[in-house]
Amino acid sequence: MRGRIVASPGAWLVWGLVAIFFAGLAGVIGSVVVNSFGVRWFDTWLPESYTTQWYGQAWTDFTLLPVLTVTLVVCLLVAGISVLVGVPAAYVLARRKFPGSRLVYLLFLLPILMPPITYGIPLATVLYKYGFAGHLSGVVLANLVPSVPFVILTMTPFIEQIDPSIERAARMCGARTRHVFTSVLAPLLVPGILAASILVVVRTVGMFELTFLTAGPDSQTLVVALFYSMSAAGIRAQQSVDAMAVIYCVMMLVLLVVALRFVNPTQLVARVKEDPE
Amino acid sequence: MSGLASESVSASTPAVRHRLAERGIDPQLFLLVPATVFVVALFIYPFCYGIAVSLQPAQGGALAAYRAFFTDAYQRDTITTTLAIALPAALFNVFAAVPIAYRMRGRFRGKRLLTTVLVVPITLGTVLTAEGLLNFLGPTGWFNRILLSTHLVDQPVTLTHNYWGVCLSLVITGFPFAFLLVLSYLSGIDPTLERAAATLGAGWAQRFFRITLPLLAPGLATTFCLTFVLAFSVFPSAILVGDPTGGTRVISIAAYEAAYVRYDYAAASATAIVMGAVELVVISIVLGLRSLFYTGSTAGGKG
Repeated sequence: MRGRIVASPGAWLVWGLVAIFFAGLAGVIGSVVVNSFGVRWFDTWLPESYTTQWYGQAWTDFTLLPVLTVTLVVCLLVAGISVLVGVPAAYVLARRKFPGSRLVYLLFLLPILMPPITYGIPLATVLYKYGFAGHLSGVVLANLVPSVPFVILTMTPFIEQIDPSIERAARMCGARTRHVFTSVLAPLLVPGILAASILVVVRTVGMFELTFLTAGPDSQTLVVALFYSMSAAGIRAQQSVDAMAVIYCVMMLVLLVVALRFVNPTQLVARVKEDPE
Repeated sequence: MSGLASESVSASTPAVRHRLAERGIDPQLFLLVPATVFVVALFIYPFCYGIAVSLQPAQGGALAAYRAFFTDAYQRDTITTTLAIALPAALFNVFAAVPIAYRMRGRFRGKRLLTTVLVVPITLGTVLTAEGLLNFLGPTGWFNRILLSTHLVDQPVTLTHNYWGVCLSLVITGFPFAFLLVLSYLSGIDPTLERAAATLGAGWAQRFFRITLPLLAPGLATTFCLTFVLAFSVFPSAILVGDPTGGTRVISIAAYEAAYVRYDYAAASATAIVMGAVELVVISIVLGLRSLFYTGSTAGGKG
């Protein structure tokens, strides 16, 4: 029996729902892709003829090169800083119990549990007050707020897996904390760090709210530029907005393929660590 | 960095150091400092600053911004609008995910491919989903075309620029998220528990409702909370596929308008804080219910 598809009514219902969902998903993505290549598409199933001119137009009209550069720089900075800051904290949280450790854990959990708009507006106000917002630095700082806790929560289980006796052996041989980190832990943690930083990059490319609230005209990431071109519909041809959406889509899919080489799909969603009760 | 820290602490008497170390406090905790400083400076401080700003409106008393929010029906109703969108969407996502994940918890060919495809809408994000929905569900989109050509409807169905557009965009991004979480919780439940029940003569429904569901319930509560947070902060799709001045004027739009259209930072901070408070109330109700369930090991066996 095992391995054969048993066609019970429940199974049909479940697979039917899944099929409807995938059909909807394919329609959503497919209509964007088809429209970005279409010449004129009004009241027909498919466009009259196809062209690639919208991509060229989107590239010049929306000044995509600077936008892509900003996106790249923001992602690399956010991933780098959040790994540098988050991994040592994750190490302490994974290895040590101390008075107030649960409070610290809650402190790192809060930015993930709150919707970005809730803290984004006061954060943007503070960043404007100190002159960070409107520049690249403000965008990076705002995006670090969910990323640092995310790295901590992703790395804690990775560090818990490493046998503490390895560190103790290193300490017996006279290594200080710095040496334990650089020569013992870092090589063992490379897969984890890679996974965490790729996840941070994926989340930062897709993070709309915080970037939207803090970006100035020359520090927009791709997703924010896409939003502006969509909400100002009518000025540009719909197809060239869709061409930009496809560029965004391709960029995300490439990142996703890279990410899935290192992590399990479930990890992209969240790393929920059940708090001890 | 930690070496420096240990030298500065060694100035104090060894006895104090030892006593602190026995309770788990030693220089290694300095590794926590950068991350804590980051979160306090960029999350806690802005939050407190936001509360302070919301209590100092340009005119009126300390609570004038909150009073203005709750007396103006146009602002107040955003809370019910947001809940009317977010609660059904989050509930649907979680409860649709359970039977599907239950069916797919075993090993089968193509599982990895299926989960990979499901991750796609999560990574694409709400802005691209909104663009796709506008094309796909619009009056001349493929969806209406199929309905019209199969004569299911006579007029194109309006699914964009209203409540349903926002709900569908939340389902497209939220359902895979809920599904993957529920699937990971379900795979944590030892299948031998169910087999034992089956040996004792329990039918399909009994096995699911008496064994699996109670073990899954805490996980479902957590999944609901995370999905609800996503749905509650709906912002780009409410503007793009919704009706941002009427039916889908959610609370995040109200906060954004106050801050960037009216430049009334007190009102904006007050709205953001009301938003956070409403969300925390819903989450604490769910987590309160969750503590009534069994929360422990879901692995069976000799443990």
